Amino acid sequence: MGTTDIPRASGAAPSAGPRPHERAGGAAKESPGGAAPGGGPPRRARGGKGRTLNVFSHGMLVLWAFMVVLPLLWAVMTSFKTDREIFTAPWSPPAVPQFDNWARAWTQANMSDYFLNTLLVVGGSLTGTMLLGSMAAYVLARFDFPGNRFLYFLFIGGMSFPVILALVPLFYVLSNLALLNTLHGLILTYIAYSLPFTVFFLTAFFRTLPTSVAEAALLDGASHTRTFFQVMLPMARPGLISVGIFNFLGQWNQYLLPTVLNTDPERKVLSQGLVQLAVSQGYKGDWSGLFAGLVMAMLPVLAAYIVFQRQVVAGLTAGALK
Amino acid sequence: MHHGKYRFVTGFLAAPLALYTLFVIWPFLQAVYYSFTDWTGLSPEYAMVGLRNYERMLGDEVFWKSFQHSLVLVLLVPLVTLSLALFFAFMLNVGGRRRGAAVTGVRGSGFYKIVYFFPQVLSIAIVALLFQFAYSPNSGAINSGLRAVGLEWQPDWLGDPDWALWSVAAVLVWCTVGFFVVLFSAGMSSIPHDFYEAALLDGAGRATTFFRITLPLLWDTVRSGWIYMGILALGAEAFAVVHIMTVGPGGGGPDHSTTVLPLYVYAKAFRDGQAAYATTIGVALLVVTLAFAAVVLRLGRRERLEF
Repeated sequence: MGTTDIPRASGAAPSAGPRPHERAGGAAKESPGGAAPGGGPPRRARGGKGRTLNVFSHGMLVLWAFMVVLPLLWAVMTSFKTDREIFTAPWSPPAVPQFDNWARAWTQANMSDYFLNTLLVVGGSLTGTMLLGSMAAYVLARFDFPGNRFLYFLFIGGMSFPVILALVPLFYVLSNLALLNTLHGLILTYIAYSLPFTVFFLTAFFRTLPTSVAEAALLDGASHTRTFFQVMLPMARPGLISVGIFNFLGQWNQYLLPTVLNTDPERKVLSQGLVQLAVSQGYKGDWSGLFAGLVMAMLPVLAAYIVFQRQVVAGLTAGALK
Repeated sequence: MHHGKYRFVTGFLAAPLALYTLFVIWPFLQAVYYSFTDWTGLSPEYAMVGLRNYERMLGDEVFWKSFQHSLVLVLLVPLVTLSLALFFAFMLNVGGRRRGAAVTGVRGSGFYKIVYFFPQVLSIAIVALLFQFAYSPNSGAINSGLRAVGLEWQPDWLGDPDWALWSVAAVLVWCTVGFFVVLFSAGMSSIPHDFYEAALLDGAGRATTFFRITLPLLWDTVRSGWIYMGILALGAEAFAVVHIMTVGPGGGGPDHSTTVLPLYVYAKAFRDGQAAYATTIGVALLVVTLAFAAVVLRLGRRERLEF
């Protein structure tokens, strides 16, 4: 399967992008006008059954939106409460907002270190993934050589294997290479485990690009390497952005790999640091500090998502349409 | 020219392939090999023991428990998630009130899509920690919410063996529905409007439209979503929620009530020093994953409709 589906899949994904905006714009325009001639249900008397169904299904939509937003708002609110308030009245707003929780989480609870480690790891691994992934994908998509198919399936086969199985021996491989509990060891691991999807996605993408431009560049005397970096990569930008966002989120939020391979408290990344924090704050009883840490880790990603909403959605959904 | 081509291909493939082989392929092969040994992981020495690990596994009660839990998750979580997501996506794209022959989504569908997607961008670790608090029996948000509406019913969500696995599964559903709503919306928006309009003219209701038009045309996407979701529910995602949310030595809940296969692999390898046995369980997990993918791929295979 796969290969024949891809061109359509990558074509369908970008169309997911503009959609929400279109809709949001449409809805905004519609509501003032729609409200005037009676915005309520009885716009068209279409029988009681349709109305009940409408109320029910619209109710479900609203309910789910609440269920998604409520835990997040609750976390933000809780991060400003005192420990006492957290336990005695989980749903009440704080009497006095405790901004101190945030300061404590940032300095004493090592949130700043976790952020820094995560930035270093993801910065390195994302660059490496995109570079190595696009190089391999380009060669596999555009050059005919013996073993091409085999290597392609070797790469994409990694997508369906349970990672935990490989982690047991990998732990000792890294240990032998003195890469265990180091940030660069983690970077290399992230790159390796991001390659299957990156290669899969970008191979499909490079195949959809026209060959004529690259041929012209080669005729003009550019080397293959130069053609790749100066002609093909710029042409592949939409695909690179999609897969880049996909990898960024996956690597930023990674939990399994660092939990197994990076246990040094000094080098913990955000997700495992927060779990560590939950354990240690449990002993100290500093729950408000922990909530501040959670919200601190949550907000930048959410804010980035809201700003780059179209690209993020396109990038992530393109990923699953395989 | 030809010479240059091969040098270029080799040059570009060398680094990615070397890294991938050393960090992914080689450990996988090693893992399968180790499952036939008595390697502890603590010392480099080991001996071949044939199928003894596999025999032990078949008689291991905790293995069967975690196998069963993984099976529940891989059957239930995708089913609930995809059904909810299909329902929401249909409402957002096609379910709007019909004015004339126009087929639209309900009002504010753009807003819903943005909001539903929130959990997808958050780390599973953050989500798991948040829900761990929400589930807390005395002061948690859920139970105090129940109290506030006058319910005396206060389950110990994560501490009660009868509830723990369902509570964990609910978190997995919560995290992933939004993603599939957006994914299916993208698929639905590429279905030509004429199809809906024709159905509408023939007097088809919403349910008929959904089962006769939307679902069949979206089937490929649903199926790949199903596989994707199943791999999550068997692998890293399930590991993270169970590892973080449920207590017990190395997670797994009271009386192993939430232990899943990846967690059991982890516990055996890195807590108990039984690396060889851990890889045996890992091989079982691999078999389950591949079997699941194969079954779903065969399910309702049909002619591709071109439109």
